[in-house]
Amino acid sequence: MDLSRIFVSGMGAVSPAGWNVAALRLALEQGTPLPIQPLPRPGWEKSLRARLVPQPLHRPAFLAHPRVRRASPITHYAASAALEAAAPLRAAQEGVRRWGVIVCLQSGCIQYSCRFFDEALKDPATASPLLFPETVYGAPASHVAALWENVCLVYTVLGDSSAFLQGVAMGVQWLDEHRVDACIVIGAEENHWLLADALWHLEHSAVISNGAGALCLCREPKRSAGVELAAITDAHPYSARQSRSQAAQTMRRQLGAGSALELLCDGLGDSPRADAPEAAAWRDWAGPRLSPKRIMGEGLMATAAWQCVAACEALARGRFQAANVSVVGANQQAIGVRFIHNDPASTQRFAAPDAQQNSP
Amino acid sequence: MIFPANSPPPTPPRVVVTGAGIITAFGLGWKPNAEGFRAGRTTFRPVSRFDVSRHRAKMASELDLPAALPPTHLRARQAARLDRAGAALLLATGEAWRQAGWEPADNVPFVLGTTGGAMSLGEDYFRQAVQTPLQHRRQPTRALHYQAQVQARTVMDAFGSAGPITILSNACASGSNAIGHAWDLIRGGHAECVLAGGYDTVSELVFSGFDSLQALSTTVCRPFDAQRDGLALGEGAGVLALETLDHARRRDALILGELIGYGVASDGHHLTQPHPEGNAAWAVMQQACGAARVTPEEVDYVNAHGTGTPLNDSSEALAIGRWAGPRAATLPVSSTKAGIGHLLGAAGAVEAVVCLMVLREQWLPPETTFRTPDPACRFPIVSQPQDARVNIALSNSFGFGGVNAALLFRRWT
Repeated sequence: MDLSRIFVSGMGAVSPAGWNVAALRLALEQGTPLPIQPLPRPGWEKSLRARLVPQPLHRPAFLAHPRVRRASPITHYAASAALEAAAPLRAAQEGVRRWGVIVCLQSGCIQYSCRFFDEALKDPATASPLLFPETVYGAPASHVAALWENVCLVYTVLGDSSAFLQGVAMGVQWLDEHRVDACIVIGAEENHWLLADALWHLEHSAVISNGAGALCLCREPKRSAGVELAAITDAHPYSARQSRSQAAQTMRRQLGAGSALELLCDGLGDSPRADAPEAAAWRDWAGPRLSPKRIMGEGLMATAAWQCVAACEALARGRFQAANVSVVGANQQAIGVRFIHNDPASTQRFAAPDAQQNSP
Repeated sequence: MIFPANSPPPTPPRVVVTGAGIITAFGLGWKPNAEGFRAGRTTFRPVSRFDVSRHRAKMASELDLPAALPPTHLRARQAARLDRAGAALLLATGEAWRQAGWEPADNVPFVLGTTGGAMSLGEDYFRQAVQTPLQHRRQPTRALHYQAQVQARTVMDAFGSAGPITILSNACASGSNAIGHAWDLIRGGHAECVLAGGYDTVSELVFSGFDSLQALSTTVCRPFDAQRDGLALGEGAGVLALETLDHARRRDALILGELIGYGVASDGHHLTQPHPEGNAAWAVMQQACGAARVTPEEVDYVNAHGTGTPLNDSSEALAIGRWAGPRAATLPVSSTKAGIGHLLGAAGAVEAVVCLMVLREQWLPPETTFRTPDPACRFPIVSQPQDARVNIALSNSFGFGGVNAALLFRRWT
């Protein structure tokens, strides 16, 4: 076992495309933006626009657990993605005595927060005590941890979408220091008209989305899904001294030039103004490119998680030798990650044009 | 690069505190807070920020913020966008930053714990969106500055720093987790200096939430008292400047204390209730002492989580008794929440500063509201102001959702 190597043992996703990684992959491969649904906005004649997670085809078994039965959708998404990501390791039933769980959020538990605050404003004496605990940022992490029996470390990280990679870095640190044997890192969001309203105020053209993505990290090469973590850049914060564009450029330089046979999974969407710094940083990228936000919509923290899941999934199938994920967050920092395919036996290689279907 | 990282130091460096910023209802800065905690004063008053006439509880410990923020690198317009919580964070950070003597160009990482961030801006956004849906004025600013990372960025800009920002939200353990994470970063060789702390202010949503759970005291907050009937909310911020001992010595910095241990564990028992026997609470005290190679016999004071709720205090009392063993009979314990209330995401950070005060000034902070000990308490509760020899102090923080944390500080002489 090499202490300085970290592997991805599994991925999980819930997205407007469906309740697993396969659905996410299919939608990204088709390269067509998913249909936009109207999201009624109380007080407006015109609806807001959203891409929403569909109802699952079958009721997930974990919903029978008493801790998650009444939990809000963000917990359901996070739990589903986490369980899918952890399934290979859990099936192995050995080697994982201590799990870490890191849940990364930007907006968090907005559905129950709005419901509870609405009740409290109307009459605090009758506001539901069942709702309030579900408004806490840490609730999804607590619920997900309750689905496992041997979780020893649980953190909730807040921030813009770049914080998902901070969560990955935190998981790596826990693994490196042998504080956990495996770590699930989850990025999740849920939808609400208020969130769509806020996004509309900040970026008129953006379409709100929701869901979750998860990576399961481990130290053992034999547990790898065929994906190894090669690099996480420094976090390049935006500040009075460093603009968002400069931060994106610096992150790009740290990730390296890459090659035409590598995949780039970027965070570009449908907001030219917001996308400009990242688009400029990767303007010279000649290789294949995936832009999940263009297909799925603005999933905030979930978007960064989908980017990583899509990159790892492509590597796991041997379609590339390496994949770079660029996350230029909305208001905090730019940070990038590079994964490599780690199965030398695999001879399959990705045919570049397939992935360019949704290239800009 | 964060990964692969440089090789960790062969021996984890010692981590010292060279700056401590604090703001509570006692006031801004070390001196008024030290005076308040040392005397065991209480700061509760009727809530003034919003209408509580229909709530069970009516009191909280509110900050009195200065009319104007001190001059920083922020333009007036930027400073005006900080809400009450952001202003508290800026004031505490300023004190820690100045005390540490760090230069504006030092891009130190900023690790923060909070449960609400700028919750008041979110509440304003909600009210306007619902009550006057066609009115958009100020909504974009609220949508942006509501986010904790934007507040943190503004505060970093105020001091000319551009270090990476990490926001942890592990409920009421957030502040301790932020300091603990900073400790991890420094000991792992990821940073030489880190600014870490926590901040929160009382919001209508959170007050209503604890009120709906009937967790708020309708009388007097009395942690570990047999007659206790709940917690009281408070507001404030605490920020520590942490650095390696070598770095502090190279700068000839004043050292306020040494952070020698951190424990963190998860208790999946229930979303809002601790494990009745305090299993995770016991584990974090064990971990913190294990990391420091300190036994309970060497610990001179415990700043308990001690919220004043029946469930928390009984489980914490059992955990302290189990962890301390025979030492429990003489181990001084108190909860400073009796004086300033529960600061949620700021609690662990503010209580860390209290521990530094105890270590530097050699007194114990009393709970003057304490009358009758809970039978589960096998340890003495500090209920009167007193001087004491304190070499090592432990601070406990336990959160909704089950994240528990403990910090262990040693006196610097």
